[in-house]
Amino acid sequence: MDNDACLGCQTGDKWRRKRGSLIMALHEIQGVKGYVGWQDAMDLAKTMNIPLARVYEVLTFYNFFKLVAPGKAVISVCTGTACFLKGNDKVLERFKSELGIKEGESTPDGLFHLQVVRCVGCCGLAPVCVVNGRTYGRMTPEQVPVILNEWREAFKEEA
Amino acid sequence: MVDMDELNKRFDIHNIANNKLAEIEKYKCHIYCCHSTGCKSSGSDDLIALIKQILEENSLSEEARVVATGCMGLCAQGPLIRVEINGKKDVLFKRLDANTTKTIMEKYVLPALKSEGEMVVADELKPYVLSLDLPFFTKQEKVVLKNAGSIDPEDIAEYMAHGGYLALEKALKTMTPQQVVEEIKKSGLRGRGGGGFSTGMKWELAAKVPTVDEKFIICNGDEGDPGAYMDRSILEGDPHAVIEGMMIAAYAIGATAGWFYVRAEYPLAVERLQKAIQACKRNRLLGNNIMGTNFSFNVDIRLGAGAFVCGEETALIHSIEGARGTPRPRPPYPTNKGLWEKPSCVNNVETLANISKILLKGADWFASFGTETSKGTKVFALTGQVEHSGLIEVPMGTTINEIVNEIGGGVPEGKKLKAVQSGGPSGGVIPAQHMNMPVCYEELKKIGSIMGSGGLIVIDDSSDMVALAKFYLDFTVDESCGKCAPCRIGGKQMLMLLDKINRGRGKKKDLELLKKIADAMKKASLCGLGQTAPNPVLSTLRFYEDEYTNKLLDGKVKE
Ligand SMILES: Cc1cc2nc3c(=O)[nH]c(=O)nc-3n(C[C@H](O)[C@H](O)[C@H](O)COP(=O)(O)O)c2cc1C
Ligand code: SF4
Ligand code: FES
Repeated sequence: MDNDACLGCQTGDKWRRKRGSLIMALHEIQGVKGYVGWQDAMDLAKTMNIPLARVYEVLTFYNFFKLVAPGKAVISVCTGTACFLKGNDKVLERFKSELGIKEGESTPDGLFHLQVVRCVGCCGLAPVCVVNGRTYGRMTPEQVPVILNEWREAFKEEA
Repeated sequence: MVDMDELNKRFDIHNIANNKLAEIEKYKCHIYCCHSTGCKSSGSDDLIALIKQILEENSLSEEARVVATGCMGLCAQGPLIRVEINGKKDVLFKRLDANTTKTIMEKYVLPALKSEGEMVVADELKPYVLSLDLPFFTKQEKVVLKNAGSIDPEDIAEYMAHGGYLALEKALKTMTPQQVVEEIKKSGLRGRGGGGFSTGMKWELAAKVPTVDEKFIICNGDEGDPGAYMDRSILEGDPHAVIEGMMIAAYAIGATAGWFYVRAEYPLAVERLQKAIQACKRNRLLGNNIMGTNFSFNVDIRLGAGAFVCGEETALIHSIEGARGTPRPRPPYPTNKGLWEKPSCVNNVETLANISKILLKGADWFASFGTETSKGTKVFALTGQVEHSGLIEVPMGTTINEIVNEIGGGVPEGKKLKAVQSGGPSGGVIPAQHMNMPVCYEELKKIGSIMGSGGLIVIDDSSDMVALAKFYLDFTVDESCGKCAPCRIGGKQMLMLLDKINRGRGKKKDLELLKKIADAMKKASLCGLGQTAPNPVLSTLRFYEDEYTNKLLDGKVKE
């Protein structure tokens, strides 16, 4: 197989001689592709000499891993205690209505993925949401469309 | 040939520290910019670049330096910048943007560098000044957080200039492993990860198990409590303190390698830790024959993947092994059979961050803080309905009143304090009438809560306690690993009952049933998650049963 094009093989090669590395390898794949697809999981299992079932056992246990491609911008709305008390449920509702999707779903145009997370450690800035690693603190529902537009514009420029 | 003297000097921590100190002393002005996750998200990166640019334009790079620091504690007021000028009082600026920062440079820093004596802050800047005389700052006692907010966490030399790695040197060169264990035991330090077990005793147990081929020390940086960020801030603000603590622990128990297990949700903490480990390797503080002694040690990082239960030590071990993070019954304890069946000692981030201070200043100094049974200081993440939400450190035994009303500045918007919640999803509430309760392991337990890892949530009188209990239970049910029935099934049933009550459809007998299931879960669950999951419900029932009964169909509405 062409090793250059095979993310699962490359990652597997890098990690297989290290101990306790399955989760690290999966993080690496998701870091590149945004999710861990079936082909990559297969390649990784083969290269690391781990049963595929074991890989999926791990993939499905941990919330962090995604099995299918999310939207280009992953929106994480914090539902930790501090954010709960400061009314992040209203922010989440606004995201849902603006995007027309529920948490755990992506928009049909493939631009946005909406998910909830339990605390990103910025509780001092509650309520908080994170879009592709960028943290937005002191959120209000009114900011939701502004943030969405910001990202839409950014994607347009890219295209 | 390599000059040995030259080499020894290059890696000598005293030499590095002295050089750094000399370098720091050359500057008249130090501008500390918070560069932690909180302030970064409020734009501190740009401000740092801007300040550097202005200094350069004014040819002041020799006189003033910019230090990108860890968390200063008040993320809600960020980005924060503290200006320290020799001979002048420190000034802390808050909620900055590019324009204000420019004004600070033009109207405060530049003139101050040229003037003698005190410098008055211009009127237009006054709204951005955060008084350092606030009880939020003066009432704290910083031991663990001493460096966070005043050194660059990415510069090992600066850590050394502040006494870093001296404790390691002391341990390796002047103490036996047993003496280190004794000193920690004597200090009374207890685990900061939630359990509160004596750290010295744990080390003693771990040291007793013979090292056949390998023995591990594991740092628990999973920080699962949603609404708390003590460990994140320590790792981001002072990663070397945690590494040094781990190295001393390794020496004390005879560990051959160390593992950091950190939440994947904390990318900056992971990055800083990685950089710190690399710096240690470059400076020969990790690897073989550290500081020319027989002690050899190496560390590695492993990431979590969004499972709260992985904070439990046996689940964490399974997770590092690359398996599902399900707990297993103890005994055997990890100190006997841990990672890959080898003896392993699991310690929390904050626990390890205390170690170097204890060794340098002595067990007695440490034990001078706190109460009879809870020694030292504790870092808390004070959040919720409180004026100054932030990261604080106080001696154990400080009262809830001092923490919330003095340091925290009380409840905002004219509302009244109803309760404080501690211990996250495993804890309970402390009602306002117990405000004078000292915060320590025993008192918190007595009132039906726990110390936990350090989350303190302030709740005002407009909050619904049933909804709060349901929020926590929702969380634990979601995070249950499903391995044992009492937690898997009991939790779901409790949640259904709570939901029913919350929707106004519950009856008296539902409350009875709720208590019964809670009792069964506490007794029969396999791990701490299930054993403590009913606590938020039981604790709110104990103090606010009225709020539950008021929602019942057959409940009496009290006025
Ligand atoms: C459900 C559950 C979650 C836990 N989460 C954490 C955590 O996030 N961080 C932590 O240090 N300890 C956590 N603990 C406690 C650990 O099992 C362990 O006792 C601790 O890491 C030991 O370190 P210490 O003695 O320094 O506190 C958790 C325990 C349970 C039962
Ligand atoms: S108590 Fe809950 S989390 Fe712990 S082992 Fe049982 S099911 Fe899993
Ligand atoms: S609770 Fe939302 S960031 Fe911690």
